Amino acid sequence: MIVEKQTPMREQPPEERIHNFFEVPLGYSEEEAIREAERCLQCKTAPCVEGCPVGIDIPRFIEQVKHRQFAEAIATIKAANDLPAVCGRVCPQETQCQGVCTLGVRFEPVAIGRLERFCATWEAENEPCCPDVAPDTGRRVAVIGAGPAGLTAAGELRKRGHAVTVFELLHEAGGVLMYGIPEFRLPKAIVKREVDALCRMGVEILVNKVIGRICTVDELLEDGYDAVFIGTGAGLPRFLGVPGENLNGVYSANEFLTRTNLMRAYRFPEYDTPIKIGERVVTVGGGNVAMDSSRTALRLGARESIIVYRRSEEELPARAEEVHHAKEEGIRFQFLTNPVELIGEDGLLKGMRCVRMELGEPDQSGRRRPVSIEGSEFVIEVDTVVIAIGNGPHPLIPKTTPDLEVTRRGNIVADPETGRTSKRGVFAGGDIVTGAATVIEAMGAGKRAAAAIDAYLRQDGG
Amino acid sequence: MYEILSKETLAPAIREYVIHAPEVARRAKPGQFIVLRLHERGERIPLTIVECDPETGGVTLVVQEVGKSTREMGDRFHVGDAVLDFAGPLGTPSEIEKYGTVVCVGGGVGIAPVYPIARALNEAGNAVIGIIGYRSRDLIFYHERFQAVCDELYVMTNDGTFGGKGFVSDPLREILASGRAVDRVWAIGPAIMMKVCSEITREFDVPTIVSLNSVMIDGTGMCGGCRVDVGGVAKFACVDGPEFDGHRVDFDLLMARQSYYAHEEACALDRYMAEAGEGAGQ
Repeated sequence: MIVEKQTPMREQPPEERIHNFFEVPLGYSEEEAIREAERCLQCKTAPCVEGCPVGIDIPRFIEQVKHRQFAEAIATIKAANDLPAVCGRVCPQETQCQGVCTLGVRFEPVAIGRLERFCATWEAENEPCCPDVAPDTGRRVAVIGAGPAGLTAAGELRKRGHAVTVFELLHEAGGVLMYGIPEFRLPKAIVKREVDALCRMGVEILVNKVIGRICTVDELLEDGYDAVFIGTGAGLPRFLGVPGENLNGVYSANEFLTRTNLMRAYRFPEYDTPIKIGERVVTVGGGNVAMDSSRTALRLGARESIIVYRRSEEELPARAEEVHHAKEEGIRFQFLTNPVELIGEDGLLKGMRCVRMELGEPDQSGRRRPVSIEGSEFVIEVDTVVIAIGNGPHPLIPKTTPDLEVTRRGNIVADPETGRTSKRGVFAGGDIVTGAATVIEAMGAGKRAAAAIDAYLRQDGG
Repeated sequence: MYEILSKETLAPAIREYVIHAPEVARRAKPGQFIVLRLHERGERIPLTIVECDPETGGVTLVVQEVGKSTREMGDRFHVGDAVLDFAGPLGTPSEIEKYGTVVCVGGGVGIAPVYPIARALNEAGNAVIGIIGYRSRDLIFYHERFQAVCDELYVMTNDGTFGGKGFVSDPLREILASGRAVDRVWAIGPAIMMKVCSEITREFDVPTIVSLNSVMIDGTGMCGGCRVDVGGVAKFACVDGPEFDGHRVDFDLLMARQSYYAHEEACALDRYMAEAGEGAGQ
């Protein structure tokens, strides 16, 4: 018998959760997971596997959950994905595995993400699964950046028997998982657990290592690394370029989230890094980072948190679930609105002058281009503004690696299938190549590059 | 972990540390900085590098104890202890060339970062005029170090208890007004001092480099918290700087941004002092 609806996952109620940083969805119990796993049709075509950027054998792990073989289920996942606790929480499953689920044609698709998350939680609470590591090949690979792309590449290369060292410039591994995605969506203890699992496999992770400054990519190759993977991400915050943007009270989303997540400013003064939050906070942008910022603002004590987005609700790039959670929590959306000036008094932010927009002809992205309506300017009173309109590529590696080909925008040019760059032995993947995208896409790139690096080390002799 | 190899008190609330970070020591150049974090709950503190010894792997820093973290470092971190995190070298190095005659101005704790620049300029064959200023005689440090690298040295104290009475900007103006050819000025210290020095050198059309210590988190270009207005364009002090053309910097904006967390900083310090006081009573 087909169960039409997904097994619901319990969540912290909105009125409670806006006052804390604990996770919003609470996860499945064993019984709930089994019930959901039983919904899977185990169809032969398994489009979900095709829909997964890292190609997890989804029907197999779901079947194992159904039979209460949780250890086997997590092993199946981990054969393809080293960060299941992360992916189960932040992947846009609705457009990937679940988007193509056969059951989803007529009913709600199997809640694959929730099941993945369940398996990862089960592993953490029961027995750690350590994937098999092939015998040492004697080859060494340097991975620059301990974000989703770098960690995935590192895990995959280690499984193939290569010695892997990951260089991270911040003081904790995880990249955007650590500094960007908030605690209430991805608890940092979970990121640490996934990173620890990689270390148990023998991946060496070195923090506080600013490659480009302590040594260059060329020097890594000279110093005995047979290949280098660059996964340095999109860390450079973009600003609006409007007057008043340097006023006190205006944060980039990167700064706002880094203070809160990586530096734990929400626990100031117990932790040393402060953050300031006004009564009314406006976040500019419509992606997941904007949702994260506006919801973080509420939890930091803002009385009102507003999202200003220049297109309409239909074009919001954020995941439906994030928008849903934001709305539940009382975030107010002001669509078709664009800031043109930030207004200050004695150096402190007071207001944001906006203009109303309408949608014109489709642009290159296929979305209708927002056009400002003449004479429609108005001022929003505001204490804190968070600019969440995207990030550019981190420039340090391209700048210090002269023969590495980059695009006009500063992204590294790399083959999407292999991650090969213009430089022999140097591969790249994730946001540094594609521009800001999703965690799982970066992981997919890391995984493909790892396979290509492995082939390179075996065939070309390194 | 990064071990503290030595710790000296240079003056009240000003200490010099040498911290073991061989990778940084090997590559750092004058004008660059590091970010350190004392412990698991600590903030990331940017500090300009004073000196490096590639042999011992030691990186010398001078820390003025102004807030909670710097006081805590002074009170609780001793030789043989280690700080948790230490990353660098960050920022763009000073442009050291043979300019001819250069003036290196250092105010207060800014004297520490200007010292390696003066030394490098001296080594590059420049005639180096040093101007260093302190609030009072008991705060004097690095005086002899400057004597060793400067062809001419002016020492100022605000209260006149040592050297000339007044501000570093006074001899700077006198030198420029005397008609001496000065090819370049470095001025490092409190924002107001850098502003005043830049205004003076602008009158005499002498290129002037300042080093901006804005509030920052990562120090690698990711947070944008350190953005400053240079010639009407937003620049990141951490990667585009920390050195900029002093004639183009909006110092008022810099000062406003530096003071944004004054309240939180005071709270954190009060809380720390109260705790430290309790600890002392036990």
